[in-house]
Amino acid sequence: MIKIEKRNDVSPSIYFLTPILAIFLTLFGGGIIFYVLGFNPLEALKFFFITPISDLYGFSELLVKATPLCLIAIGLSFCFKSNNWNIGAEGQLIFGGIVGGGVALLFYGHDGFYVLPIIILSGAIGGMIFAMIPAVLKTYLNTNEILVSLMLVYVAKLLLDYLVVGPWSNPEGFNFPETRQFSESARIPVLFDGLRIHAGIFITLITVFLSWLILYKTYLGFQIKVSGLSLKTAKYAGYKGKTMIIIVFMISGACAGLAGVGEITGPIGQLHRNISPDYGFTAIIVAFLGRLNPVGIIFASLIVALTYLGAETAQIFLQVPKYTGQVFQGMILFFLLGSDYLLFFKIKFLGLKKNEL
Amino acid sequence: MSFDLNFIGILIGAIMASSVPLILAASGELITERSGVLNLGVEGMMIIGAISGFALMVITDNLFFAVLGSMISGLIISIIFGVLTQSLLTNHVATGLALTIFGIGMSAMIGKNFVGIPGKEFPLLFVNLKENIPFLGPIIFGHSVILYFAFLLPFLTNYFLRKTKIGLIIRAVGDSPTSASNQGINVTLVRYSCILYGGAMCGLAGAYLSLIYTPQWIENMTGGRGWIALALVVFATWSPIKVLIGALIFGGITILQLHMQAVGLRIPVQLLSALPYIMTIIVLVVISRDSRKIKLNTPTSLGQIFYKEK
Repeated sequence: MIKIEKRNDVSPSIYFLTPILAIFLTLFGGGIIFYVLGFNPLEALKFFFITPISDLYGFSELLVKATPLCLIAIGLSFCFKSNNWNIGAEGQLIFGGIVGGGVALLFYGHDGFYVLPIIILSGAIGGMIFAMIPAVLKTYLNTNEILVSLMLVYVAKLLLDYLVVGPWSNPEGFNFPETRQFSESARIPVLFDGLRIHAGIFITLITVFLSWLILYKTYLGFQIKVSGLSLKTAKYAGYKGKTMIIIVFMISGACAGLAGVGEITGPIGQLHRNISPDYGFTAIIVAFLGRLNPVGIIFASLIVALTYLGAETAQIFLQVPKYTGQVFQGMILFFLLGSDYLLFFKIKFLGLKKNEL
Repeated sequence: MSFDLNFIGILIGAIMASSVPLILAASGELITERSGVLNLGVEGMMIIGAISGFALMVITDNLFFAVLGSMISGLIISIIFGVLTQSLLTNHVATGLALTIFGIGMSAMIGKNFVGIPGKEFPLLFVNLKENIPFLGPIIFGHSVILYFAFLLPFLTNYFLRKTKIGLIIRAVGDSPTSASNQGINVTLVRYSCILYGGAMCGLAGAYLSLIYTPQWIENMTGGRGWIALALVVFATWSPIKVLIGALIFGGITILQLHMQAVGLRIPVQLLSALPYIMTIIVLVVISRDSRKIKLNTPTSLGQIFYKEK
């Protein structure tokens, strides 16, 4: 007989073990899907999760993808911890990229050490401003932040499209929908010759450290956590809820903006229509998989980055669409949320008792 | 452009057609939300409906099976959401997002072999009446059976919620699951049913897109309509009739935007395409400003996890 009991306290080991359980269940589920589609599941999973990182170049690509994912997820963890549902990080990323890219074009042909920091800063501010729209509408006009932040993703995408097709398109570009290649001074340097991994990874790591400081060592961090656990308590304690909502949105927007500007000044080097393969949405999964914990998010970003690489490899070797990565990402989140049940409930396997027969 | 009454009729007919997926998805989601469940997976369920409808049309060559199959697929995928949120008590927002991401990925995987296949002509009713009656003809006649169903649905939903016992139970569950449960209502069962119904309607909305509106399969072809449908439910303050009005307004913006592009106004195409999204935000702001009015109609337990101690 199976008996389900409510747990009185959550054990920390289970709290960090369930994400690992979720990953294994995802691999199992993925194997089943590949089998149904007519592939050898083990071989397909090998193409998906092992082949991409079996050489140095692949490993560098993993870090290239994890860099923006981790950065955005760190920002989102501030929102999610305080029960603010910013799901428009993709839009904030694109808008940060637009602002940063605009400044990079402005400095076209300029040399100087100051160029890149200005571009990066403007990208962060761009993302921050864009995230403040849903935050201000939520706090002062009571508007649902989920829908507003999401609608703004489409607006940002169309704005980017307009700019790269129209006013910002490369004058020597034969009408391709892209801007000029930024000058060398506007590019984040790569760390090793021949690999794409770039210095943007340090921005991510510094942000991780800062967010850990804010969340665990400051009063603001404490307020954020309390508001997430109980809004009533937060109100009773006299926290300024409105200011806090705007601050967490600003932090997460700035992170997404940084990720955007990091992409365009790092691996991409110009603006075009597809500056992000939905990093902003995928980072939501990263944030949850990492348990909204800065260190957890680092590991989660590596795992989710692997689904991107895996989808690319599988596209080449198995001819499955690149969206396959999203199937895996969705499954990870399903299994993760589902296995949270184990956090709150104990499942006891009891022997059959005679009186129950 | 001369004033042409018949042209306006055709325009209105086009607006009606473009609002159908929104009406279907929003009406389904409305029932789900009325029972206290917030399912953000509308976009994912719609796209799954779109590909399964199209795939079944190609495989069986039978439109009835295609439409039915799309509803069943929407329903099946919503079971995932039901099991997670109702049985495993997961967070509604996160689970819904996962459903959308999963649905978009899954639909592309299934749809890989269906890209570029031409659709089949969907039978339209009363076509001769449409052509023979000026103005009213193109408005009332010459549509698919799904469109007529979609325009009836808000009224049926309204009647169902207000006048039937099951409707009352759903509203009770949404407003106060604890009291409903104390009255002997199985809250989990009611919520499961509402989730499945919402899934089926979203599936149908997707099939309308891939079988009738733009009869073909394109990756990501729902293009954010699921999210607009979610916004519509808020816009309508959970009232079915207002869903109809809202969907027509959004359909109107979409068609207007297409016509403005066709006429060649000197406005960037992208700005016009952004109109429906910007309008959604503006409308949400206007509606939500009055927090009392919102609170009056919002299902009180919306998005909250209900757990009954056994």
